[in-house]
Amino acid sequence: MSLFFQQVLNGLTLGSVYSLVALGLTLVYGILHIPNFSHGALFMAGAYAAFFASTALGANYWVALVFAAVVTAGIAVLSERLVFSRLRDKPPLHDMIAAIGLLLLIEAIAQAIWGADFHRLREPYPGIWQWLRINAGLVMPIQRGIIIAGAVVLMIALHLFLTRTTTGATIIAMAQNREGASLVGIDLTRVSMITFAISGALAAVAAVLFVPISLIFPAMGNLVILKAFVIIILGGMGSVPGAILGGMVIGLVESFGAFYVSTDMKDVIAFAALVLILSLRPEGLFPGYAR
Amino acid sequence: MSGLLSRRTLAVAAILAGLVYPFVVPNDYFVYVMALAYIYAIAALGLNLMLGYTGHLNLAHAAFMAIGAYTVGILTVDYGVPYWIAFLLAGVNAAALGFVAGIISLRLKHHYFSIFTLCIGIIVWLVIEKWDGLTHGVVGIMGIPAPTGIGPIRFDTTLAQYYLILAMLALALVVMDRIVHSLTGRAFMAIRNGEPLAEALGVPLMRTKVLSFVISVAYAGFAGALYAGFVRFLGPSIAAETNAFDMIAFILVGGLGTLSGPVIGAIMLTWATQSLQFLQDYRLLVFGPLLILLVMFMPKGIIGTLKARQAREAGERASAARREQAEADASADGRKAPAHA
Repeated sequence: MSLFFQQVLNGLTLGSVYSLVALGLTLVYGILHIPNFSHGALFMAGAYAAFFASTALGANYWVALVFAAVVTAGIAVLSERLVFSRLRDKPPLHDMIAAIGLLLLIEAIAQAIWGADFHRLREPYPGIWQWLRINAGLVMPIQRGIIIAGAVVLMIALHLFLTRTTTGATIIAMAQNREGASLVGIDLTRVSMITFAISGALAAVAAVLFVPISLIFPAMGNLVILKAFVIIILGGMGSVPGAILGGMVIGLVESFGAFYVSTDMKDVIAFAALVLILSLRPEGLFPGYAR
Repeated sequence: MSGLLSRRTLAVAAILAGLVYPFVVPNDYFVYVMALAYIYAIAALGLNLMLGYTGHLNLAHAAFMAIGAYTVGILTVDYGVPYWIAFLLAGVNAAALGFVAGIISLRLKHHYFSIFTLCIGIIVWLVIEKWDGLTHGVVGIMGIPAPTGIGPIRFDTTLAQYYLILAMLALALVVMDRIVHSLTGRAFMAIRNGEPLAEALGVPLMRTKVLSFVISVAYAGFAGALYAGFVRFLGPSIAAETNAFDMIAFILVGGLGTLSGPVIGAIMLTWATQSLQFLQDYRLLVFGPLLILLVMFMPKGIIGTLKARQAREAGERASAARREQAEADASADGRKAPAHA
């Protein structure tokens, strides 16, 4: 039984990371109305920014986290200003191709600076959570606890921001109806920039939380972003609760799949699940949210 | 009529250029790179049918090229099947798998379709990498035989293969020309321009889209089969999505939804990357911005831009002629007017 709960814990850790990435993606979808393929590159950029801060600048983990969030938010805003805002009236195909171009560019820059080798970010609090081990027999590295807690805090903060502040309301309004929002005087440029900044910061935080238990390399964002796509399709494009729920579902499916089916095939499972679900329900699991 | 004539002249000139090319370049390396560019051009032609003519971004195109290549690789190396039978089966296999993938994925609207095909591409890549027993995994397939000779013609030199691939490219272009100028081709474009309108005009949406998808990936499958026989080594990286991105770049540079665009784009970009050899892995540093700048400033590509200019000039000529005609009519009216009064 404790093995089962172990998988639940692992799944929640993965799910937290996926949810944060998917949240940024789903918010940007509300603005762009296209899947932002370059979002995975932001995830990777966040990891490298933290790596740079902690090695070259000697910052501690939390400072590196904030640094990464700020830098990545900056990159995201730049990409909105320089590329996406200029393609606003073009066919959606153009945005998608431009996003692919951005993905290739950011990845190539990271590779040019840091090379294709793997890098590590040390765990800020190595070791496992003793209380859980003694009382429940579960092995929970502290970093995994930080991931889950950090994700929950961010999700609550994002929820409060979107529902309780005027700026948050303008983002939702823009996602629901761009023309309508513009008619009541909402500034599209400002909302787009804020949304991209948030999505970049979320991706960076997800990456910095995750890398102490994984590796940093130029293509690290690719599989994560693909899974985030799976998640927002399952949860409904543009839906915030859908992104959180979908992230957790994929995280759990993967951790159970890796344990009970095969570690080799764990990456295939998420995509196979998507293919299966979309084959049966082309409109996604929560068609009500999808627009 | 003169337009048709010049089109034919251009085509003949292009074929002649392709035929004499090996004799004007200094060594085999140039022939090799050009043949590779032709292979990618065939695959890009297929992708263009889906992307440029039918308006759907299929990100699994490289995966179907890999399916074609691996069909040849596995059949010839592990089962001793003759190359040309394997070649045909590669196209059939890609088309059959494309039919299945198409039926599922084409029920999805634009970006859902793109994400779904991206996932299919990743699944194919992961399966090739992990299924050691069938695909030799990360080791790859080595020693794939060159295409066997047809009659007295042998294909064991780079030069002979170059001509084989050139002939295949010409054939691919002729077939594509027939397709896009047929009624079915018009149906593809109608779907690109607006699905509700196409449906209202009586185009069976699903059947037409699946047909376009199957033809498109069959091109990828045959290109993959040629690739396997030409490069004679296969690894999982051929299915990587960056390969599909490359093909999108070829199409964009040449011209989306034009017949010769993908070919011109493939040749130009292949040579551009060859001359950027010193950049090695940093090739993408140039490729990424190129994609962005193209969609921003020259979304029609080279051929598209030329065609648009031609059309504009023709339009100006026509409107000038109309204006002259109108003026002539007006002055004729003017002369008549006093008579009426």
